[in-house]
Amino acid sequence: MTAPVREFMRHEYDHCLNKRFTAVANLSYCSKMIFRDDGFDGIIIFTSLLLQMGGYSVKKTMQLFASFVLLMLGLGKADAAYTLNLTQGVTKISNELYDLHMLILWICVAIGIAVFGTMFYSIYHHRKSKGHQAAQFHENTTVEIVWTIIPTLILIGMAIPATKAVIDLDDIEDTEMSIKVTGWQWKWEYEYLDTGIHFFSSLDEESNQARQIGSGIDPKSVPNYLLNVDKPLVIPTKTKIRFLFTAADVIHSWWVPALGWKKDTNPGFINEAWTYVEEAGTYRGQCAELCGRDHGFMPIVVIAKEPQEYARWVEEQKALATAAANAAEQEWSKTDLIEKGEALYVNNCASCHMADGAGIDGTFPALTGSAIVTGDMNGQVELMLNGKDMMPAFGTMFNPVEFAAVATYIRNGLGNNVGDSIQPSEIKDLQASLAD
Amino acid sequence: MSANVAAHDDHHDHGPEKGIVRWIVTTNHKDIGTLYLAFALVMFFVGGTMALIIRSELFEPGMQFVDPQFFNSMTTMHALVMVFGAVMPAFVGLANWQIPMMIGAPDMALPRMNNMSFWMLVAGVLLLASTLFMEGGAPAGGWTLYPPLVLQTGDALPFAIFSVHLLGISSIMGAINVIATIFNMRAPGMTLMKMPLFVWTWLITAFLLIAIMPVFAGAVTMLLTDRFFDTSFFDAAGGGDPVLYQHIFWFFGHPEVYVMILPTFGVASTIIPVFARKPLFGYASMVYATAAIAFLSFIVWAHHMFTVGMPVAGELYFMYATMLIAVPTGVKIFNWTATMWKGAMTFETPMLFSIAFVVLFTMGGFTGLMMAVAPVDFQYHDTYFIVAHFHYTLVPASIFILMAAGYFWLPKWTGNMYNERIGKLHFWLSAISVNILFFPQHFLGLAGMPRRIPDYAVQFADWNMISSIGAFIYGFSQLLFVYIVIDTIRGGTGEKVTDEVWEDAKKHSLEWTLPSPPPYHSFTTPPEKIPTEHF
Repeated sequence: MTAPVREFMRHEYDHCLNKRFTAVANLSYCSKMIFRDDGFDGIIIFTSLLLQMGGYSVKKTMQLFASFVLLMLGLGKADAAYTLNLTQGVTKISNELYDLHMLILWICVAIGIAVFGTMFYSIYHHRKSKGHQAAQFHENTTVEIVWTIIPTLILIGMAIPATKAVIDLDDIEDTEMSIKVTGWQWKWEYEYLDTGIHFFSSLDEESNQARQIGSGIDPKSVPNYLLNVDKPLVIPTKTKIRFLFTAADVIHSWWVPALGWKKDTNPGFINEAWTYVEEAGTYRGQCAELCGRDHGFMPIVVIAKEPQEYARWVEEQKALATAAANAAEQEWSKTDLIEKGEALYVNNCASCHMADGAGIDGTFPALTGSAIVTGDMNGQVELMLNGKDMMPAFGTMFNPVEFAAVATYIRNGLGNNVGDSIQPSEIKDLQASLAD
Repeated sequence: MSANVAAHDDHHDHGPEKGIVRWIVTTNHKDIGTLYLAFALVMFFVGGTMALIIRSELFEPGMQFVDPQFFNSMTTMHALVMVFGAVMPAFVGLANWQIPMMIGAPDMALPRMNNMSFWMLVAGVLLLASTLFMEGGAPAGGWTLYPPLVLQTGDALPFAIFSVHLLGISSIMGAINVIATIFNMRAPGMTLMKMPLFVWTWLITAFLLIAIMPVFAGAVTMLLTDRFFDTSFFDAAGGGDPVLYQHIFWFFGHPEVYVMILPTFGVASTIIPVFARKPLFGYASMVYATAAIAFLSFIVWAHHMFTVGMPVAGELYFMYATMLIAVPTGVKIFNWTATMWKGAMTFETPMLFSIAFVVLFTMGGFTGLMMAVAPVDFQYHDTYFIVAHFHYTLVPASIFILMAAGYFWLPKWTGNMYNERIGKLHFWLSAISVNILFFPQHFLGLAGMPRRIPDYAVQFADWNMISSIGAFIYGFSQLLFVYIVIDTIRGGTGEKVTDEVWEDAKKHSLEWTLPSPPPYHSFTTPPEKIPTEHF
């Protein structure tokens, strides 16, 4: 191993250990080592990654057992509350499904006790060491018919309430309002079809920082870690709401356990579901269909408000929309745009292009020093509007002010220094032409 | 020239080639069986390492070790390697070793194709593994390769697809060989309904493979043309439908999971009677139940997609059809229990693994029944509940039975006895840790933890940590099996085993009438009479 290679390796290795994308860096680095010059070193680094994981697990396991012993001795307390069973939820349907779940569970438990009981009786009594002589029977038509028919009857008994539940889930008649939900990599878009309220909802900033590798933030110190969003979906209670589901890129699945169901969001198609929430409260869920790198980081928060409070919320949202429209007409200074853009970048762009704009080699392009970013403004704006490959089209995801802010920030932050800026009014025109 | 001389010329027993060449060019069913089994064991540890990377990351909330994208690659590759690299090849290995010996044949019917099918498997799996080192990483869209997500894969996509093609061709060739052997090379007097159940289950499995592998190959080829040749099979913008892929995939995928469980049933039905010292209960109903399960497997596929947005009629049909599977599966479990009933049981390692299989597979069956109920699947779907379910039907079922088969037949194959104490240690460590590993995942799923996520909310922390601890104990316990296999090949306990190895095994199946280890060409003359114990 030559000195420069060793130096490079040390540097890369430290980088791997300290930075957020340990494994991708590690792996792409290993592959370079294996296939280019020094396969052995690549394998060593990969092995060290495994050992590092093993060592960490052993250490933590010992901590777990220590706390378990303390708990047993009455000296400690359990860390987090956990659940063993399905939630009963807050809708009639979710309760119906819970009852069905419990019914089948108990049937299974009863069958299990009978079968395993027989088996263990046999294992205990019918053993050679006890001198038991083997019987030589090998069929019994009556018994075989009985244990075919009885399970069939049990299944029919289960199928009846199950059929009713399927029909209830599908009862989409007489809904009072509609919300369109669009899945994006990796956030949710909500459009209230009756009031025109429209926004995106993504992982809250605190969780997002804590979930980065090497963040040093204890997830237990973050309230509702990974189950909190920047802008929750607000719905009225005691109202039958129709949801329409679709997706902008890949398939996602919208799941709030308290409502009792999940539904896939398929790009190019619309799925339907409905809910009727009885009680005001905050209900949390997550994307349930693997949708790429940040599948685990696109939670759902539904806040159910009493109808009057919900009406107040609708008014607030309308006022905010008007204010945003006015802001788009104003002239913005470059400094203001950059400041606003930075926050938006962290929430919307950093999970792929990284907080420092370095991207991930081979997967997500770097923005720092990128030819598109440092080139003509129109080229960059067009790409952001329309998207490319894995990058979603941000055309409608941002309002004109937000769009102008991010575009300006990328050109003047992240180590870039192009110096120009774009006004929200120009973006508005571009978005309008996009709509045609 | 007299016929005598000619016969002599034809039948000189040319042994295997010497050295490494023996293993590359071999057309012998036992050599190829050994290659398959050894390859499967290596892949079991490769896939297992990936599982431990997954469980390390999930040990605690927060991201500790790997990038989420790499985590997704690990879940995807773990599944593909375990399904196509470990479990399926292991059963093909068993089929190679056992089918000719169980039906009284000298070898498989198509020995050259046998060799080719093995080396295509190796090529396919290596091609798949090489995607780990490609620009953009290995496939990370799940082993189901759903579009549009899978189309975002980097350079690896065409390689993964070609790998699936190779694995498919290899499986089809293996299946053709099994069918040709069973139909043409049975000893005189061995009618279909007198075949050992392992042979029966493999015959049915082989038909499943021939039916489904081309479907899977077709589905991934459509992915290939969607990505590179501007077709839009699965893209709504061009008139296609991403859900179409799911229908095609699961038309393959559901029978595919039975490809991994039907031979398991066959081995369990072989081992349990030997150690219960009783004939198998309900031989004929076992055969019919296996065939019924195989048939049903083709008409239940959309139960994997209850939440995809199906019409009510579809939901109901797939729910009823799926629930029906519980009937023949129940028959099998009752039959095994009845086989043990009033036996004279002993509990050597193969029997221990087989009993654990019956119990733990039944638990996987229960959760399967729960998920068959479409409306509650709207909660269970894509959570850790399903992860627990299919791992119960694969690890303490298929894998346990593969271990049982290893302990059961290794003495026959090598002529040496394995170390029973270490075998039992291996069993108890595996049986306990596999439950520590997978049982808590039921709780996690019911409590709301989605599958395929690299990080989770803190209320899931405790059970995840316990599950990870179980994973490490289970993973490292399997090294004992490697030790035992190597030790047994090299002489084991030093005790030379008899032809039938296990008490009265000759009454159950033909392989025990051959010497231990059996001759290179198993039955050069047909066996005089076949066992009739079960009829």
